[in-house]
Amino acid sequence: MAATSPDLAAPRSPYARKKVTRTNYELYSWMFMRASGVVLIVLIFAHLWVNLVAGEGVNAINFGFVAGKWASPFWQVWDLLMLWLAMFHGTNGVRTIINDYAERDGTRLVLKLFLYLAFTVVVVLGTLVIFTFDPCPTDAPADLLASFCTA
Amino acid sequence: MPSAPAGTLYRGREGMWSWVAHRVTGVLIFFFLLVHVLDTALVRVSPEAYNAVIGTYQTPIMGLGEIGLVAAIVFHAFNGVRIILVDFWSKGPRYQRTMLWVVVGLFVVTMAGFLPRQLMHIFGGN
Ligand code: HEM
Repeated sequence: MAATSPDLAAPRSPYARKKVTRTNYELYSWMFMRASGVVLIVLIFAHLWVNLVAGEGVNAINFGFVAGKWASPFWQVWDLLMLWLAMFHGTNGVRTIINDYAERDGTRLVLKLFLYLAFTVVVVLGTLVIFTFDPCPTDAPADLLASFCTA
Repeated sequence: MPSAPAGTLYRGREGMWSWVAHRVTGVLIFFFLLVHVLDTALVRVSPEAYNAVIGTYQTPIMGLGEIGLVAAIVFHAFNGVRIILVDFWSKGPRYQRTMLWVVVGLFVVTMAGFLPRQLMHIFGGN
């Protein structure tokens, strides 16, 4: 047996909650899931309506359709917000699930490294695409472009 | 880390199964989102590349897949509101089961509106 005795509280002293974390990270993450969820309902339902339900639905989608939407800052900002919120919300959700099921430290670390790598690649790529997009590339056949390119 | 005994059901019933469904739909939507940003990124490659890939989204098989995806999002969204109400509304926990049936009802109504429309688009040609 070790010579030193374990650190015991004095008998009958009142229960004192031990602080095991330094920050409120998980509380903020929990709040974020709920706040972003409410905003995502509006963003995603409108996205599905415009792209899948209205007009000819999925059949209407082609390069010209996308060009028509992103020619407007309104849809650029809409899609940017949707991209960022959904990626933070989804990544944070999957982080929780990894913490729940991957019991070994090494497994959790590797899975989360993959997760954060995917997050970074998709958010950076998606953001660049929205803002460097050229609706009327000069070297493309005119019949594939939106009508305002030739007008 | 302490580990839980395998093969147990936490309480079971509506509360647990709605949580399972929320989890499964959440992961499904997340992986689709990763793919969806990549396919959309093809607009930066060329109109031809984008149209070729988006063309596969317009086949009947993928059209049915889109129904599954919309169903997952609609359930996750409505049940998400239920979770928020359970957490923040003082009577939320008491009505969690009733609210799940409201979620299921709204889900059925929403899908009943979307299904004919989508089937028309993928099989009716317009
Ligand atoms: C449509 C609007 C949405 C709403 C209202 C919503 C709501 C919620 C809520 C309230 C939670 C629970 C978080 C917790 O228990 O702490 C959650 C979890 C989650 N959500 Fe969403 N969400 C939405 C969209 C999305 C999207 C677009 C994705 C994927 C990119 C996603 C992926 C997830 C994942 C993976 C979880 C974790 C599930 C778990 O821990 O069991 N959600 N969502």
